[in-house]
Amino acid sequence: MIIETIVFYVLAVVTVAAGVMVIASRNPVQSVLFLILAFFNASGLFVLLGAEFLAMILIIVYVGAVAVLFLFVVMMLDINFSELRAGFLQYLPIGAIVGIILLAELILVFATGAVDIHVPEVVAVAMPAPDEVSNTRALGNILYTRYAYLFQGAGFILLVAMIGAIVLTHRQRVDVRRQKIADQVARDPKAAITLKDVKPGEEGSWKSD
Amino acid sequence: MAESNFWVDYILPLLLIVGYIAAIILPLLLIVALVTYGERKIWAAMQYRKGPNVVGPFGLFQPLADGLKMMLKETIIPAGANRVLFILAPMILFTLGLIGWAVIPFNSVMVLADINVGILYLFAVSSLGVYGIIIAGWASNSKYGFLGAMRSAAQMVSYEVSIGFVLVTVLLAAGSLNLRDIVEAQKGLWFFIPLAPMFVIYFISALAETNRTPFDLPEAEGELVGGYQVEYSSMTWVLFMLGEYANIVLLSGLCVVLFLGGWLPPFHVEPFTWIPDVVWFLAKTAFVIFVFTWVKATLPRYRYDQLMRLGWKVFLPASLAWVVITAGAMHLFGWMPQ
Repeated sequence: MIIETIVFYVLAVVTVAAGVMVIASRNPVQSVLFLILAFFNASGLFVLLGAEFLAMILIIVYVGAVAVLFLFVVMMLDINFSELRAGFLQYLPIGAIVGIILLAELILVFATGAVDIHVPEVVAVAMPAPDEVSNTRALGNILYTRYAYLFQGAGFILLVAMIGAIVLTHRQRVDVRRQKIADQVARDPKAAITLKDVKPGEEGSWKSD
Repeated sequence: MAESNFWVDYILPLLLIVGYIAAIILPLLLIVALVTYGERKIWAAMQYRKGPNVVGPFGLFQPLADGLKMMLKETIIPAGANRVLFILAPMILFTLGLIGWAVIPFNSVMVLADINVGILYLFAVSSLGVYGIIIAGWASNSKYGFLGAMRSAAQMVSYEVSIGFVLVTVLLAAGSLNLRDIVEAQKGLWFFIPLAPMFVIYFISALAETNRTPFDLPEAEGELVGGYQVEYSSMTWVLFMLGEYANIVLLSGLCVVLFLGGWLPPFHVEPFTWIPDVVWFLAKTAFVIFVFTWVKATLPRYRYDQLMRLGWKVFLPASLAWVVITAGAMHLFGWMPQ
């Protein structure tokens, strides 16, 4: 138990510290790398909770795919740091107002007791015993039965977003020569190659016509 | 009492796990060294040459000589490089090549971490490999390195998608995410027969995932003079090489686990069952590594647009369709594993 506690605090501290570094570090590439570190530690926290499926999915989806694209884009950007810092004071009031509003809302929610922040002694969730069913199976059971429509709905929203992104960015250029693999494969050697019998002394007949 | 519990509960298992890790990694590094030697011998044989034959009997100590040579070279860090990330990148790649082995079952009992989500763990590890390369390319502050890193990132992300669908079909057929259960599910029939198209897609995607010929555009020595490795020398470069080969061995091992029946003998009859199951696993892995080598000796490099076309327009629809077909057939005929 003591080891688990130590591991929890290490993971939690590193997560928060990495989160702070995401907004504190000057170089955007380093920000993304700190974000990845934060994802890693969050997935470690999931493992501690016994939610190994979520931990792996977090790494595969966020670290393996999303963050790679972040890094990709940030590395390609030509960022002028002095220009970025010049706008800091200009945007500070707006940022401060947004932050204060969010903080006030959070305080209101917790102060009025709308959310019970104390962990209940007995967790009354329809959760199978960990020894009987792996949490992948448990998650699947609940997602595909009780929440099937919501799950499908989420899927549809993602599909629409994906098609929208493709429609917005895809442009068909007509003046470009493209390789058509099907045409190349379908080409008939008999039609593509002609054999000509060239007589000695005859001129020009070897040239393609 | 609490103190004695502490020793028995924590320190003893810790020492045991460290022992297991050493027992996996030391032979693995030896195998990686042998693979580099075997590869050069195989290429040599395919090109009517002799290959390494000077150091030791049949040139067997060539990898050691190479390692010694690399160790004696100077470590060069470019002036404009990001020093921390520059050193970190090869370490990431090397570590990722090793940690995947934690969940690979060598036989029905020999596995370090028998976790429920073994296949997802391996998928996560293989999807992280891109960071080593992309960080290396960016940190070395060189245009060739950066171009190589960009190519590699796009390539690995593309082929991961089809590998993901291949894994989905396999776990549909096996009914488990645990690698040991997946091998046990192949007792009757190895998966490369019913899932033959997926086997082919997995193998080709594994080539792309490890940046091997015909997909070695990230290092393309003809145009990018080595790509992301261009600024690396000495031990940092050795770590890249070791990581790359450890990754090849890992994906070959995963191929054996997913499609070639892991440690199971091909027939459960007398002469085959005499051979220990670990030997079967290693022999199959060696065969898959040989095919990797064979491909590299045979095929030229792909053009970049062809590579992207193959990944997105051929493999992605094909693997997606096969997932639907597999799931539909299993549901229709009641083959769903319980």
